[in-house]
Amino acid sequence: MTVPRVYQTEAIIIKRTKLGEADRILTLYTPDLGKLKAVAKGTRRPKSKLGGHVELLTHSLLMLARGRNLDIITQAQTINSFSPLKDDLERISCGLYVSELVDSFTAERIENRRLFNLLLETLHQLSQAKNGELALRYFELHLLDHLGYRPQLQRCASCGSPLQPVTNLFSSGQGGVLCHECGYQEPIARSLSLNALKVLRLWQNCDYATANRVNTNSELSLELEQVMREYIRYLLERQVKSTDWLDKLKKETHQK
Amino acid sequence: MSIDFMPAAEPIARLIEEFNKLPGIGPKSAQRLAYHLLQAPAEKAEALAEAITAIKEKLSLCSICLNITDSDPCIICRDGERDPSKICVVEEPIDILPLERTRKHAGLYHVLHGVIAPADGIGPEELKIKELLSRLDGGLVTEVILATNPNLEGEATAMYLQRLIAPLDIRVTRLARGLPFGGDLEYADDVTLSRALEGRQEM
Repeated sequence: MTVPRVYQTEAIIIKRTKLGEADRILTLYTPDLGKLKAVAKGTRRPKSKLGGHVELLTHSLLMLARGRNLDIITQAQTINSFSPLKDDLERISCGLYVSELVDSFTAERIENRRLFNLLLETLHQLSQAKNGELALRYFELHLLDHLGYRPQLQRCASCGSPLQPVTNLFSSGQGGVLCHECGYQEPIARSLSLNALKVLRLWQNCDYATANRVNTNSELSLELEQVMREYIRYLLERQVKSTDWLDKLKKETHQK
Repeated sequence: MSIDFMPAAEPIARLIEEFNKLPGIGPKSAQRLAYHLLQAPAEKAEALAEAITAIKEKLSLCSICLNITDSDPCIICRDGERDPSKICVVEEPIDILPLERTRKHAGLYHVLHGVIAPADGIGPEELKIKELLSRLDGGLVTEVILATNPNLEGEATAMYLQRLIAPLDIRVTRLARGLPFGGDLEYADDVTLSRALEGRQEM
């Protein structure tokens, strides 16, 4: 069977780099093809017909033509531009962090429809969220889940014994929570409060609507952020670049 | 990527290789340019060589607006006719050219040399934001016009600057966003169209 020369797909634009005079290379996340790079010609010109339809963090319907190297976007129509997200600096920053995570964790052309749906839902959540932090944590947990790094939160990740309702330990290396006996032998485990464990357990198994009902104080949010960040850093073997910017923004808003 | 240009004599092969490194110039265009110069009169080739060395030797950043200049301060900052109370903030030096062509901005400029791009590790520290804020210190400036590009990073940078400048009691404005002149509604995206509607004006 011959492969059709043009094809149509939904996509969320997660990254953009300049190419030549007026073109861009876009990194797309699609439901059927996973991550995909494509050329959008002339999109840096004000009168480009693709222009705003292929802006970062936009959900669009695209028509692509197979190219020798990269496929070329020939038509684009916005499905959702998430404009409430784009009018707010915190939300934009959360959105950029989310797209950097997807880009870092995925390889090209590997289908992962659950991840596409999670990304789409997260952008919807971020468009409405007063506080993007919760959406980010929920996203991180489920992203890891869909990629095969689901943290073990139900029982000790090392010996499998049930966890006591006390402050336990979280080990990035073991990919989950450790009981006290196992935790002492693990050099790079960090403590995980009972409240944090409860929240993570709930989020791991619920939808966004339920997750949104959880109220976390600032101490607990910070703990959750650190646990997830360390685990992600361990898996990627590097820091996620956007975190610096998220931290800076947060610090400056607190100063006011 | 090194392509072997050895069939040509060494100096011409070197020139082809150098041209080939430039943006938008492939091996074939590089060859054509090199052979064109070979046949051109010596003065022409020397003028080109001189022009290239000059941009590296004579140009620096203006100490006020950080535009590229051959004299410090640059011709715009030096110009007594211009209104120093208005500063137009742009991403790159090249953005000043189209704004100047409009002849609608009589104030000064400030070049950020980039935009906030978290995923590339570019935050406010990497941009010339401190320099902008220190220009606003004197109390002379009454308006800052944010002319970063109308895309996500440009918007984010503009919003961030607005936050920093707002407490200083200086008017912060943003270039209007809407439909390009000579374009078609049919191809407009939702964000552009809704902003064009929001920003509609009495006729």
